[in-house]
Amino acid sequence: MEKINLKIDNHEVSVPKGTMILEAAASIGINIPTLCHLNLRGTCVQNRPASCRLCVVEVQGRRNLAPACETKCMPDMIVSTNSMRVIKARKTIAELILSDHPNDCLTCPKCGECELQALITRLNITEMPFKGGELSQRKKELTPSIVRNMDKCIYCRRCETMCNDVQTVGALGAVRRGFNTTIAPSFDKMLKDTNCTSCGQCVAVCPTGALTEHDNTDQLMDDLRNPDKIVIAQPAPAVRAALGEEFGMPAGTLVTGKLATALRELGFDYVFDTDFAADLTIMEEGYEILDRLKRHLAGDESVRLPIMTSCCPGWVNFFEHEFPDLLDYPSTARSPQAMFGAIAKSYWAEKMGIPREKLVVVSIMPCLAKKYEVTREDLKHCGLPDVDYSISTRELARILKRANIGFAGLPDSDFDKPLGESTGAGVIFGTTGGVLEAALRTVYEAYTGKTLPKIEFTEVRGLEGIREATIDLNGFPLKVCVAHTLGNARKIMNKLRSGELDYHVVEVMACPGGCIGGGGQPYHHGHVEVLQARQKALYSEDEHKPIRKSHENPDIQKLYEEYLGAPLSERSEELLHTHYIDKSIKMTW
Amino acid sequence: MSDFKLSPEVVKQVEAICEKHGNKPGELINILHECQNNYGYLPEPMQRVIAAKLGIPATQVYGVVTFYSFFTMTPKGRHPISVCLGTACYVRGSEKILEEIKRVIGIDVGETTPDGKFSLDCLRCVGACGLAPVMMIGKKVYGRMEPQNVRKILEEIQDD
Repeated sequence: MEKINLKIDNHEVSVPKGTMILEAAASIGINIPTLCHLNLRGTCVQNRPASCRLCVVEVQGRRNLAPACETKCMPDMIVSTNSMRVIKARKTIAELILSDHPNDCLTCPKCGECELQALITRLNITEMPFKGGELSQRKKELTPSIVRNMDKCIYCRRCETMCNDVQTVGALGAVRRGFNTTIAPSFDKMLKDTNCTSCGQCVAVCPTGALTEHDNTDQLMDDLRNPDKIVIAQPAPAVRAALGEEFGMPAGTLVTGKLATALRELGFDYVFDTDFAADLTIMEEGYEILDRLKRHLAGDESVRLPIMTSCCPGWVNFFEHEFPDLLDYPSTARSPQAMFGAIAKSYWAEKMGIPREKLVVVSIMPCLAKKYEVTREDLKHCGLPDVDYSISTRELARILKRANIGFAGLPDSDFDKPLGESTGAGVIFGTTGGVLEAALRTVYEAYTGKTLPKIEFTEVRGLEGIREATIDLNGFPLKVCVAHTLGNARKIMNKLRSGELDYHVVEVMACPGGCIGGGGQPYHHGHVEVLQARQKALYSEDEHKPIRKSHENPDIQKLYEEYLGAPLSERSEELLHTHYIDKSIKMTW
Repeated sequence: MSDFKLSPEVVKQVEAICEKHGNKPGELINILHECQNNYGYLPEPMQRVIAAKLGIPATQVYGVVTFYSFFTMTPKGRHPISVCLGTACYVRGSEKILEEIKRVIGIDVGETTPDGKFSLDCLRCVGACGLAPVMMIGKKVYGRMEPQNVRKILEEIQDD
């Protein structure tokens, strides 16, 4: 590739043609400040509006300062990132951004994680010389998943990019102009009245406190200290690969054992694991795959293929809103979170003699859509939810800090039995490709009657947006596909609608990377390496598990023997399956 | 947002306008111009029809409609009033004319009276600076306006 030589801050640097000054500077350790810029390299997540102008640099011979993020390197360019002119301009730009910011940092939910706050500290801004106008058209809103406080918006457009370009949902966009600009749903409706999927990717990338999660930590504290309640925990797979980051550990540190100890220290009466329910999901979904395949091969033309995974509530919301004509393609299996709640409040509660109303099931999820999912009517029993509420990985970190629990120094412990026993197949649910791989391990053995020669299906792993593979099932070529982000899901669904899709099984996750990149995870701040490290951690946990196939989980086998009978039995259908509803916006003419 | 419901005929006409422009998202502004020209304003359901036809989120259409002051989501009155706030009219006191109109008919800029008779807007220069300050009602220009004349002029406006 053609190389370009230039000088940045008196250092010679050689970069491939087309490289931006920002990246060229980073390659020699010069870290130019940015705010709106976001680039998860290797994924489709890119926000490059060059709108904040904080990355301005001086290019010799150029009249105006140039934004480093979107200015290409040219041969023999001489760039200064820290001349007096640049330093002054950058400071003024930051001061102008602050001019209409509420500056209530001390009580802001984003305090300590706010990229604007970090920048103001870095630029040594100690006064606010400008005072902007009062803003009246910006809204505050609380949905079950997301809190919008648009007073804190700095118009970086990251949320708009995620919602429109990456997720293709289009629930958020810029409206009006000038001082009255705000990022809002169409017709200034509330998010809850739109096609928002609650995926939380807008929250995952918001640099300030304009978009945050609905906080359930006070509710959890109350319940944990209530002697009349039995509170049980179910942490999702992806939590164990990310929670450590909140306590200064490097990305990808597995904290499974500490997580179990910490939840016990907090006061949970029983510490179980969503991984158990992930294994259960594989049993139900796996047998649904087998059932549809066998009927298809027997010539039953009413069978809908491909079957699509249904564990991701952002994705479920998406197809309910956008593809109501295709609702009979996704598996009817509930998500692991929901299956856990249903089993805990039936099988386990009956076994333990705990009345349903005394039991509080709390999930710890990498996800904000899970907060919405627990409110779904189809996941309630006699009006009471199966899972009472869900907190995010970030909320768990906050509550641990509040409860004076020194997470990093905790010893490891195991999850309680029986709902804490899990296999490697359950663990990898937390990454894109994981649910499909876990299902394949079970489907292969159930279909062929043979033991898998190699447990890993590496062909479905990775971070590529859409991946496909053909798996040999005793001579039958099973065509599978993995998609993550809703934009990629839309591509698949459009093909399905037009009859061009040729797969048997499709896995979809709404967030980039799957749950490891969920809207409730510790902020990645634009570093794709964080997602890669979390993904690697989950595969490593799988590799070290003594049991790696869901159908070999002894407590799952026992659950079927004692209670459910068999996958897709009448009781399984009642407790572990669901139905989908048409949520498309109906035009009123 | 609006009680207005589009009739199936209007939906067909709006869809035809989109089709005429090749259903291209890049033609959005031209489509909006044509729709507003035909129907006077751009109600929510109309924007939804356009969004669906062009395959873009309704947020994007709404973003454009709210960005350009020319576009409106409020139906215009039968007698749209426009007050010129161009330089010449402004220095000769058109703001006072505007305030008086607001007082007399009880609406703000961008609004329409509940009976649908008047709507109020501002514009920049109608090319009659010699007559400043100027206002327009419908296509008729009123020059050398003074606040005390406003009530009389408005009272004389009758529906046909």
